[in-house]
Amino acid sequence: MDINYEKVGLKVGLEIHQRLDTHKLFCSCPSIMREDEPHEWIRRRLSVSYSELGTIDPAARFESLRKRDFLYGIYYDTTCEVEADEAPPHPMNEEALEISLTIALMLGMEPVDEVHVMRKIVVDGSNTTGFQRTALVALGGEGSGIETKWGRVRMATLCLEEESAYIVESKSERAKYRLDRLGIPLVELATEPDIMYPEQAREAALKLGRILRATGKVQRGLGTIRQDINVSIEGGARQEIKGVQDLDLIPEIIRREVVRQLNLLSIRDELRSRDVKEEDLDIPIVDVTSAFSSSKSKLITKALSRGERVYGIKVKGFSGILGKELQPGRRFGKELADYAKVFGGVEGILHGDELPGYGIGKDEVNEVRELLGCDEGDSFVLVLGREDAAKLALDSVRERLKQALRGVPNETRRALPDGNTAFMRPMPGSARMYPETDVMPVNVRPVLERIKELPPMPEDQVRELMEKYDLTEELAWEIFDDGKVKLFERLSRYGVPTRFLASMLVSMVRSLKRESEPVENLGEEHFEEIAKLLGEGSLAKEAVPEVLRSLSRGEYSSAEEYVKTHRMSVDELDKVIEQVLEKLSSKVRERGERAYGMVMGEVMKEVRGKIDGSIVSKRVKEKLEEFLKAR
Amino acid sequence: MTLHYRGKAKRILSSLGVEDYDRIRIRKGSLVYEGIVIPRPEIFDDEHLILKLDSGYNIGIHLDGVEIEVLEKGKPIQRKEVPSLRFREDLPYVPLIVTGGTITSRVDYSTGAVISHEKPEELLDIVPELAEIVNIDYVPLFAEFSENLTPDHWRKIAKAVYDELRRGAEGVIIAHGTDTMHFTAAALAFMLHNLDKPVVLVGSQRSIDRPSTDAILNLIAAARVAAQGPIAESVIVMHGSPHDDYAFVIRGVKARKLHTSRRDAFQPVNEPPIAKVTREKIELLSNKFNPRREGRSRVELDDRLEPNVALLHVWPGMPEDMLRYAGERFKGIVMAGTGLGHVPRWLIPIVGEIVGSGVPVVVTSQCLFGRVDLQVYETGRRLLVAGVIPGGDMLPEVALIKLMYALGHTSDIEEIRRIMQTNIAGELGAHLGLNVFPPCWR
Ligand SMILES: [Zn+2]
Repeated sequence: MDINYEKVGLKVGLEIHQRLDTHKLFCSCPSIMREDEPHEWIRRRLSVSYSELGTIDPAARFESLRKRDFLYGIYYDTTCEVEADEAPPHPMNEEALEISLTIALMLGMEPVDEVHVMRKIVVDGSNTTGFQRTALVALGGEGSGIETKWGRVRMATLCLEEESAYIVESKSERAKYRLDRLGIPLVELATEPDIMYPEQAREAALKLGRILRATGKVQRGLGTIRQDINVSIEGGARQEIKGVQDLDLIPEIIRREVVRQLNLLSIRDELRSRDVKEEDLDIPIVDVTSAFSSSKSKLITKALSRGERVYGIKVKGFSGILGKELQPGRRFGKELADYAKVFGGVEGILHGDELPGYGIGKDEVNEVRELLGCDEGDSFVLVLGREDAAKLALDSVRERLKQALRGVPNETRRALPDGNTAFMRPMPGSARMYPETDVMPVNVRPVLERIKELPPMPEDQVRELMEKYDLTEELAWEIFDDGKVKLFERLSRYGVPTRFLASMLVSMVRSLKRESEPVENLGEEHFEEIAKLLGEGSLAKEAVPEVLRSLSRGEYSSAEEYVKTHRMSVDELDKVIEQVLEKLSSKVRERGERAYGMVMGEVMKEVRGKIDGSIVSKRVKEKLEEFLKAR
Repeated sequence: MTLHYRGKAKRILSSLGVEDYDRIRIRKGSLVYEGIVIPRPEIFDDEHLILKLDSGYNIGIHLDGVEIEVLEKGKPIQRKEVPSLRFREDLPYVPLIVTGGTITSRVDYSTGAVISHEKPEELLDIVPELAEIVNIDYVPLFAEFSENLTPDHWRKIAKAVYDELRRGAEGVIIAHGTDTMHFTAAALAFMLHNLDKPVVLVGSQRSIDRPSTDAILNLIAAARVAAQGPIAESVIVMHGSPHDDYAFVIRGVKARKLHTSRRDAFQPVNEPPIAKVTREKIELLSNKFNPRREGRSRVELDDRLEPNVALLHVWPGMPEDMLRYAGERFKGIVMAGTGLGHVPRWLIPIVGEIVGSGVPVVVTSQCLFGRVDLQVYETGRRLLVAGVIPGGDMLPEVALIKLMYALGHTSDIEEIRRIMQTNIAGELGAHLGLNVFPPCWR
């Protein structure tokens, strides 16, 4: 589908969440994620008054929230009473505030005069308190934001907030979270919906990410930065798309979201032309299990053997609609299935446009249509499950079908790896916020006074790298984007050629990663040690990729240890050269001194990385001369 | 006109006719803000205005160089509609005596203000489980932070408990700030005689305005103990662990707040909890308690207390004149001594003088766990000769209240000694098994 984005009135806003590289926001615990099993699990519940709950989370049901257990994994050494909600928060981490203000100033935003910490009610258990502590630090304004090829994108707000707990498991009756992540300072940067093209969103996200990294005070690595995308089109509805990790996917996600909304609008028009009304869908749920008494469908027989039943609703006038594609490979029926899963906890749905199928035969379909009272032009939706779950599922499906008559519902959606999106939950009602009375407001003036000068902008940092270290622009950006500027500058003191150093830090690591080596195990200390060994001449450049590979696999505890086991003496080298000359003796004699390249190539195959290339070259020359003289 | 601002901010705002919760527009330089004026706590400075933006965030704006325009006057906070309470014949009547704390309040999210409930129905909106356990009613006495309570407040509470039990309550719940909850619980234990129904103090360490509040479980457990529990004593019912699974029933005269902030801050000292209470049931952990008696309560009230009693925490190097002053100023003294109940050598002659002047001196231990024993060391023996009254296994605070009680009835020092050394409400003579000392790393 070719889309004219101006015509559809595309509007996109970005929300970028970046973890800061300091201790936690409201206690002095370190901001580190753990891999090991928590030392203890604490069992808690959350509650909000019955009359408030509906307005906070339209999806949450009072009874189920109150009966849902939340298990919180604690670490005695890196989490404390604050994360466990057993003690009041400490004063706000001023370093985190200083970094946030620095970012705000770099983006031309206006800091507030006094920062007030708020409690934003969140009842999914991802915060032990039942709220997220968040503070508005700066506002946008006309002069704020970044330039893109398509024009300026203004900033809306910068908030400093606590990261939520890390979800380990989620079931309807309980959810498990780890508290290592809870409380890590998180900057939330929101733009105005000034973005008008999918590619522009990618550029804006990249530029904002680079400004965050230019501070040198943000965490790096998987999950430390997340993008949410707000997308709307004329006549459609605003969608909040969560969890985009890969910038390159942003344009495709937006494109496909526009396609989805356009398709939903055309479905609406089609239904209107068929004269389908919302009240046509107010049809009771029917138990149609009897249609499957001798079913050959495994799907059905398995469900029945679990004690489940088949429930269905007639969908008047929808024939052919449920099978319509909304996004590449995603049909309208799939949207309904997502609702059924989220609200009813069932596996999915079956609908009239895909049956017969799944082992369900034509007779069974006819029987179902009979039981539901379907006429020609009607479709139906079936759900397998226990009565209460199936009822919740079909109620939510019915609501979603009614929305199809109105157009596009407001939703919070989840980005999928192919660029499609899936329904996550309804857009939350307006946030319930009230002051965090345990934390005093912070006057920002003294903090602003401490910021003597802003860090150079990304472009300036890259230009400096290029000029000072004679790097190509591409390599310089890679170092910057990998957050390795400081590391690079430190390692350059060891006298290793700068381009080699740069390629070690970025290209070599990237190609190892492509080969699925666990490069996340490589620490700054490893690179530093390698640079030192290279500088002293105790390690050959050629060996560096292998050293990195072994270190990331944990085969050696240090580069030094690798070198000890792999170093080759000149005597050993001479033996290799002699063997090669012997093997190639007739060709060498034939070519004389011109055989150097061939011999060298053959020798290097054997000794690469074990001894410095220049030594090899010198010895090969000498040995070749000897060999030719001895003739 | 209500405007909770002071000094400079008050002058600027009131001159413009701005009041709390007004919707205003502020221009400052090139910036324009719109939102609601939020009252400013008095301890904050007088240079900033708190504005609640439409996004829900509060921000502080320095008032220098601002232009303010009132867009709309503030509206009074809306009370929520809640279904009215129906009396259930099958459930006992249990009043909730409100003395302070936040259990009977809620947040108004449009302003962030914490407002008190007027009706028990509002509490049931948050803890609907209560309606399945008790017929509840509010008895509002006062609203104080518990650090501000005095023996007069204890008397008021005791009188309210007495009245409610005599009216036919099957038990009472007292909502109380946690700081001094164990003092009140002990005072009630001495003032309510012939107690035949449960008197349950309850509070929260995480206020009820947060979803993670401990008040829900605490209230359910308290209601269960008050309505159905077999224990006719003044008890504290609060979380038994960091989990939201169960609460402990702790005898008031044996309870102490042992942590500043944890949910399970209250722990029994020198004895196990009497019972463990889940959302569903009460599980007895001890059979040592005064049992509930059926029928209308015959509780008696004896609220004579002498408030002029001091509690002195002994420290190394404590000077003589500190103790001498207390001996002149107060009618009785409790000392929280070191170890087995010791005080520095040079204080002993002054103790002797004070006792000689007719002012009783009771010795307890700042160790809290264990029992004072003045027979083991020289210092202790000299204290006995000086005439102190050993406090046994009583907590220092409990000895303080008991001495107030004893002095409220007599000034005869031998009679006071007899009262202090006689168990009245389970405060004295605990069986010190090896299972009553709780380090967590065992
Ligand atoms: Zn912590």
